[in-house]
Amino acid sequence: MTAGYVLQQLINGMVLGSLYALIAVGFSMIYGIVRLINFAHGDVMMVGAFSAFAILTVFGLPLWTALLAVLIIGALIAMLIDMAAFRPQRDAPQVNGFITSLGVSILMQNLGILLLSGQPRPFNLPDWMRTNIDVFGARLTVLELTIVILTAVILGGLSLFVQRSRLGMAMRATAENPLAASLMGIRINRAIATAFGVGGALAGVAGIMWAGRAGQIDPLMGFLPGLKAFVAAVIGGVGSLTGAVLGGFILGFAEVLFVGMLPPIYGSYRDAFVFGLLIVILLFLPNGIMGRVSEERA
Amino acid sequence: MKPQRHQIAWAVLAAAAVLLVAFAETFLSGYERTVIGFAGIYAILVVSLSFSNGLTGLFSLGHPAFMMLGGYVAAVLTFPANRKGFMLPALPEWLATAELSLFPATVIGGAAAAFAAVIVGFPVLRLRGHYLAVATLGLIIILRVLINNADGLTRGALGLNGIPRMTSLWWILGWLAVTLLVCWRLKHSSVGRSLLAIRENEMAAACMGVNRAGAKLTAFSVGAFFAGISGALWAHLLTNLTPGSFNLTMAFMLVVMVVIGGSGSLVGAILAAVSITVLREVLRPVEQAVGAYGLVQVIIALLLIATLLLRPQGFFGSSEPRILRPGPVASRTERSELPDQGAPSAARPAEK
Repeated sequence: MTAGYVLQQLINGMVLGSLYALIAVGFSMIYGIVRLINFAHGDVMMVGAFSAFAILTVFGLPLWTALLAVLIIGALIAMLIDMAAFRPQRDAPQVNGFITSLGVSILMQNLGILLLSGQPRPFNLPDWMRTNIDVFGARLTVLELTIVILTAVILGGLSLFVQRSRLGMAMRATAENPLAASLMGIRINRAIATAFGVGGALAGVAGIMWAGRAGQIDPLMGFLPGLKAFVAAVIGGVGSLTGAVLGGFILGFAEVLFVGMLPPIYGSYRDAFVFGLLIVILLFLPNGIMGRVSEERA
Repeated sequence: MKPQRHQIAWAVLAAAAVLLVAFAETFLSGYERTVIGFAGIYAILVVSLSFSNGLTGLFSLGHPAFMMLGGYVAAVLTFPANRKGFMLPALPEWLATAELSLFPATVIGGAAAAFAAVIVGFPVLRLRGHYLAVATLGLIIILRVLINNADGLTRGALGLNGIPRMTSLWWILGWLAVTLLVCWRLKHSSVGRSLLAIRENEMAAACMGVNRAGAKLTAFSVGAFFAGISGALWAHLLTNLTPGSFNLTMAFMLVVMVVIGGSGSLVGAILAAVSITVLREVLRPVEQAVGAYGLVQVIIALLLIATLLLRPQGFFGSSEPRILRPGPVASRTERSELPDQGAPSAARPAEK
């Protein structure tokens, strides 16, 4: 095992971790504010990927318009889901929200199959995204470099937004105590919609990058990344944004190392490994690494 | 002794079911019988899920995993021994020569699923709510990966085909009756009341001396046992088995049926399972004719969301239709003379 090989694995882990982190942050933010595990989050990512496909391939517009568009479309779709499905049952038990999100997820996947067909389509980013950069013997494509840098920029911006902006503060206050926040004049539904919007925008961006890396898209593509983002969020502590980023990277590295360092026959056990890891972590660290101890509400 | 009202109602229902199955077995085509068989198998699955999840408030999505386990165990047991040699070369000697009939294979399949549920339940049942849901969803994925990779034992992703078609509607009806009987008795016993107490308020239940871990494990493994049974029936009805069939969509369908029927309502579970399975099968040719694949799932997902928004407790809540519950035989005037009318009777568990 050469140094170059190890470096290559580290780079792969970094790229995969960035993608997981992007999805997991949105996931965790929504949980933090409404205590809802949103199963449909991965499907917002799928919508992002398909929108990018339409803009790039069907309309032939440049890449930056696609990036801008997925940010907006992701945000709008997520806010629409919140308004139509979750807002009417804010006071229902937690599990109802979860089942609803499961329903929304199945609905979106099958609407996708219905309208776009279940056949995978090739998804190509412009050629220059595929150029290789040589890093001490390891390879990195421009796309992968973009993923890592863009993720860093977005997460930095998000942190500023949540800490400094008025809406960000309203979100944090709502997450802390919705009743007190509403008594202080914070419009709860707007804060929640913001969380969904920001989360959806991140999922949209993750969608276009995931698709660029995979080279193909289909209506079911969001399911597994969405589930794994949940695992990442749990590792970090659901509700904590720093935790979600940390969890995303831990999961990304763990998955790449599992496949890269063990003999190839074990590669097909990757998903079993991820969910085994989830169960073990839930048992020993039920609140995750950055999660607060026992913030359960009756 | 004069039979009570609910006994008569049950007898009528049982007779109707027997007549229906006799009619189906004699007059209907193979395809129609298979559809009815699926409806029955789904009914077993949903009754047991409504018992183990709905009544207890456990939110497990792992039913397809237990079904898969039961199905594979039973299929390997009944598979013709002369074909096992080249199809499943990794089987140990005693398994390779075994060739059981349906009933013992089904029971062993169910027992294997229940055993797995006990092993998995110790760690997993400490989780709650959506954590439990995702961990049990993980069970499906883990088991599927294992089966996919155990080529010599299960034929991996290719799936087992040529399983003898042994499941008749009589077997399904019989097992449905057993499932209903066991779950009904358990629901209306002290076990069932412990489970309901856990669902309503776990802390309070613990304070009243309910053994939470034990009660949850019982519910979980009873559910898994019947899931294993239905997996075995499924395998011998369809005659083939692939790990891909037991997926999130199936877990979702089962949850939809439990929610629509009413969490914890066993009769509601049967009605929801049968009507949704039949709806799916009726709509499927439409879907194919129009070429609108995914339409059925879209309709069912909308049905679920509408139910959750408009009638979150489902059609029956946690209770059973009044006519099927044992109640006072006394006529209205006599009953008003009973002194303890307001007190909850032991035969009628807490209703919400």
